[in-house]
Amino acid sequence: MSILVDKNTRLICQGITGKAGEFHSRNCLEYGTQLVGGVTPGKGGQTVLDRPIFDTVEEAVQQQGANATMIFVPPPFTADAILEAADAGIEIICAITEGVPVLDMVRVKRELDARVAAGQKVRLVGPNCPGVITPEECKIGIMPGYIHKKGPIGLVSRSGTLTYEGVWQLTSLGLGQSTCVGIGGDPINGTNFIDCLELFQADGATEAILMMGEIGGTAEEEAAAYIKQHVTKPVAAFIAGRTAPPGKRMGHAGAIISGGKGTADDKIAALQDAGIEIAESPADMGAALKRALKR
Amino acid sequence: MKIHEYQAKQLFREAGIPVPEGIVAHSAEEAAAAFRQLGGSLAVVKAQIHAGGRGKGSIKGTEQRGVELVRSAEDAARVAGALLGGDLVTIQTGPGGQTVNKVLVEAGCDIARELYLGIVVDRGFGKPVLMVSTEGGMDIEKVAAETPELIHTAPFDADAGLQPYQCRTLAKKLGLEGAAVRSATKFMTAICKLFVETDCSLAEINPLVVTGAGELMALDAKINFDENALFRHPALIELRDKAEEDPNELRAGEAGLSYVQLEGNIGCLVNGAGLAMSTMDIVKLHGGQPANFLDVGGGANKDQVTEAFRILLGDKNVKAVLVNIFGGIMQCTTIANAVLAAYKEVGFNVPLVVRLEGTEVEEGRKILAESGVDIISAEGLTDAAQKVVAAAIAAA
Repeated sequence: MSILVDKNTRLICQGITGKAGEFHSRNCLEYGTQLVGGVTPGKGGQTVLDRPIFDTVEEAVQQQGANATMIFVPPPFTADAILEAADAGIEIICAITEGVPVLDMVRVKRELDARVAAGQKVRLVGPNCPGVITPEECKIGIMPGYIHKKGPIGLVSRSGTLTYEGVWQLTSLGLGQSTCVGIGGDPINGTNFIDCLELFQADGATEAILMMGEIGGTAEEEAAAYIKQHVTKPVAAFIAGRTAPPGKRMGHAGAIISGGKGTADDKIAALQDAGIEIAESPADMGAALKRALKR
Repeated sequence: MKIHEYQAKQLFREAGIPVPEGIVAHSAEEAAAAFRQLGGSLAVVKAQIHAGGRGKGSIKGTEQRGVELVRSAEDAARVAGALLGGDLVTIQTGPGGQTVNKVLVEAGCDIARELYLGIVVDRGFGKPVLMVSTEGGMDIEKVAAETPELIHTAPFDADAGLQPYQCRTLAKKLGLEGAAVRSATKFMTAICKLFVETDCSLAEINPLVVTGAGELMALDAKINFDENALFRHPALIELRDKAEEDPNELRAGEAGLSYVQLEGNIGCLVNGAGLAMSTMDIVKLHGGQPANFLDVGGGANKDQVTEAFRILLGDKNVKAVLVNIFGGIMQCTTIANAVLAAYKEVGFNVPLVVRLEGTEVEEGRKILAESGVDIISAEGLTDAAQKVVAAAIAAA
């Protein structure tokens, strides 16, 4: 078991003929992901990596039974690509692209929420995220596969390379992962912490959860409240940006302390109040998870 | 992207949002002429810088405030003369202040009440949200913290826009009556439309005034645009004033790097925003002070690393540099070669600590070790932080 993706997931890549799209598609294939094709409008009928290219996502779903996509199209076209995938019935949409306009995401979210309310099974991860990996089964995204190891820890993070750091610490301590989800660093995104916590709590293969947040917004505080009420599995957390000054955007569009809200200290206090083991240092994430397991 | 008040007001004017009549001046003479052209007995001279808090801020070394009422052309010239070329220090500028290159001379208006209006995209609602308050002219963050019940909000759909009933509801909460309700409905609808049409990330009017005639008017105007959406607004890009931006941050942006200047003495070069923030945190945890946030991104090349080093070393406060790379897609060999090439090209004069992890790490470390370049190699985040803090202390 795992969450979101597994060995049966049939992946396509939107933007597969671009440099990043092709590079990461190849890496996913080599990891063992079932990559069944790609989509680039105007290049239908060609092949890349021995996989068929389609003009539309609909064709990829009809002809290859695709049920997941990773999106590498440039930011101006990302919202359109997400909506196309949702309309074609793709269930897991990972938008890797960074730099999508916020109001585009507002519109995408409205459309996806309406589809979910109408009973469609569709989930967006990202944008501006590393993707999702169920170790030794399915890698969707740009994370280095080899640092992961199959095991009982569920991981959810707003960051990219910091996620790799956390995964690496876990693997080095002999703690494998059930699934690792990078939800992305943008203010408006698809899947959030609570969605992942709910899935990990229900997942038989997940025994404990490592959560990696950062400054900005109140997603971590909301996650803490959710954990307090609904999560019985051990949870450890790290919050990046303790030393970040207010009003300055720290790389991610979502990582900014504004109006006195979104500080690391607020988030850590909320997490501690929910009984979550805190990693004080980013070098301490794996160890904090281990402490959480022993509690 | 931030723009000046006078530019925001021009956009307001074009969108049918009432603003006082005003003229931009670049000299004392132009300010005097502007006063005469406005034709009233009262005007306001306002320094145009991107930072807020101008009314309470003052020009470095003088008593001159950033905003002043004037009653004659001579007065306007005097105030403009005192502002132009001076460094205005406000709560938002930092101690160095921001040089004033332009002033806005604006007609005075008959103020009955001062309100507040702001629009942001709210993460929780996943929508833009209009906020209004009766507490105009105040520090709105203080109002939000102490008396949140005085701030009224209305989330609205980006395409359908703010609905008339929402305007009426907010107007009622602001205590507006009669003609002012109609004026408020027009005003709020128009500003929400402008927010969406120009892909703003923030629009703020403080104070929003109600005139004696019951008309709403934007006495101040602050607009930030979503940089990711500027590709569809070529005309707005023209409004950018590079003189207002931190030169290092500007330079980093042009090289595709994300950089934020801080006050410490340890330069940090990291791949990924989350890891870059965490690197700052761990440096501080071990007693050091980061000089910057610097994210070279996922696929940084030699040119970007070289430019990053130039920016770091251009900061005279920097006494040691920490490179922290978790090679995922980027291979450690690539970054090791880039570090060496950049090291030689830039001419390093402070200790350099390098921590590499991830793809091809052994080969990467070997390249650095065999290069003969004086690099302090670190294993793990804690070791890296301790070494760079020790190096900075020794060099200081």
